Amino acid sequence: MRVEVDQPKCVASGQCVLVAPEVFDQDDDGIVVLLDTEPGAEHEEAVRESAAICPAAAIRLVQE
Amino acid sequence: MTAAPPRRIVVVGASAAGLSAAETLRRQGYDGSLTLVGREPHPPYDRPPLSKQILDGTWEPERVRLRSPADLDALGLDLRLGVPAAALAPAARTVTLADGTELGYDGLIIATGVRPRRLPGCGTPGVHVLRDLKDALALRERLAAGGRLVVVGAGFLGAEVASAARSLGVAVTLVEPSPVPLAHAVGRQAGAQLARLHRDNGVDLRTGTKATGITTGAGRATGVRLDDGTAVVADDVLVAVGSAPNTDWLRGSGLPVGDGVECDRYGAAAPGVYAAGDVARWYNPLFGTRMRVEHRTNAAEQGMAVARNLLDPERARPFAPVPYFWSDQYGLRVQAFGYLRGHDEARVVDGTPADGRFLVAYRTGDRLTGALGVGMPPRALRPWRAAIAAAADWRTATAGSPDGAAEPSRA
Ligand SMILES: Cc1cc2nc3c(=O)[nH]c(=O)nc-3n(C[C@H](O)[C@H](O)[C@H](O)COP(=O)(O)OP(=O)(O)OC[C@H]3O[C@@H](n4cnc5c(N)ncnc54)[C@H](O)[C@@H]3O)c2cc1C
Ligand code: SF4
Repeated sequence: MRVEVDQPKCVASGQCVLVAPEVFDQDDDGIVVLLDTEPGAEHEEAVRESAAICPAAAIRLVQE
Repeated sequence: MTAAPPRRIVVVGASAAGLSAAETLRRQGYDGSLTLVGREPHPPYDRPPLSKQILDGTWEPERVRLRSPADLDALGLDLRLGVPAAALAPAARTVTLADGTELGYDGLIIATGVRPRRLPGCGTPGVHVLRDLKDALALRERLAAGGRLVVVGAGFLGAEVASAARSLGVAVTLVEPSPVPLAHAVGRQAGAQLARLHRDNGVDLRTGTKATGITTGAGRATGVRLDDGTAVVADDVLVAVGSAPNTDWLRGSGLPVGDGVECDRYGAAAPGVYAAGDVARWYNPLFGTRMRVEHRTNAAEQGMAVARNLLDPERARPFAPVPYFWSDQYGLRVQAFGYLRGHDEARVVDGTPADGRFLVAYRTGDRLTGALGVGMPPRALRPWRAAIAAAADWRTATAGSPDGAAEPSRA
């Protein structure tokens, strides 16, 4: 599983950080920072949930 | 009582909450029929950019799509766009669409959102509201031409439009009946700072003033009349005076409808019937109160929560979120966690309002119930969100914070 974030779309809500803190963080302006572009299977559920609740549709999962 | 698992689910409202519900149903393994009904002709799209990047022209309209066509296809939906639901019969478990189609369901999720409140004269050319993409594109076209705009209502929506219009060089008059904009929501101090932001950016802000009507000439709006007898002349008028839940189609259904669809703590309004997003009013056990919030993140979270509860009512979990809201004005980001309405006290606990960067904490009873940051980094807000989620006591939460700026809000 690969994760992509669209930083210009991110609205700094921090929802992803609450759900998957091992995968996402925020910079000083609140914009999403990807800590792990290919998180392991143990994070998959949390990453899916983050993508689903992200209010900016800024997170995408790419299944390879 | 164990009911048979649902095989036919209908979601009414194809926007943030409805999409989130549909996606969650599939993610939870639901493989029965899933019908998503939407009044608008567009596939699900996002509204917050409408008053921001769409209005100021930095985004093209395609960017507001919430999902790619491929992702949407993968959900295996029976997608009915461009046709509203017109009636609900909970006893027969059917939804009737405006084109006469009758859809039977085992489970129903209502996510029909809200619509703008209007003023008399709202149908006149030159008078705008802002809720959907069509509204945004019509207003954008007018703003791109420069000119003069009067915005009626200085809530978050009115404020964002004023900000976008100023960035395009439009002359803006902002009319607001209360003495301090947003004071009922965020407190007087924060409201006063947001008001200052408008003035610093060249907006003619008229507080304590009510717009009493639209003035017209040659079949077009020419501005608004004010209750002090004067008038504001403008090329366009935006009416941003709040919204009303889209529950008309539920009239006669017997479903409990007040200020929105009235739900229990699980988001249920009747057996097998749930509501989510701006249209839903539910009991939030974290705050011990019924609430209806018009926030983007709540729509997604509630859509998700009710989808899970619908699939597994016996293990239903109460929906007890810390509401979150943001707004962008003049390049500054406002962020709020919790339930600020009806607060007893608002106190600046970090930063300096005069510098335009500050954090306000809200007390209701003896609890910390909210926090609002203007121009603050996420690190500054996170501990406050955690304290709100833990239902922290006010004294404990604010110990060590300055208390010189306390402000009783119910004068
Ligand atoms: C301009 C603008 C800016 C915003 N900015 C922010 C912001 O910065 N931050 C924030 O937190 N929130 C913001 N919001 C609020 C946020 O967009 C909403 O909370 C969110 O869209 C709610 O989603 P929803 O799915 O519940 O309702 P909606 O998005 O209103 O969707 C409801 C859908 O149901 C459809 N519908 C209505 N009646 C029927 C029917 N009878 N049959 C079928 N379909 C029907 C509607 O056409 C609509 O497509 C903003 C809203 C607007 C309009
Ligand atoms: S949830 Fe989405 S909008 Fe919020 S910080 Fe993460 S990426 Fe940005």
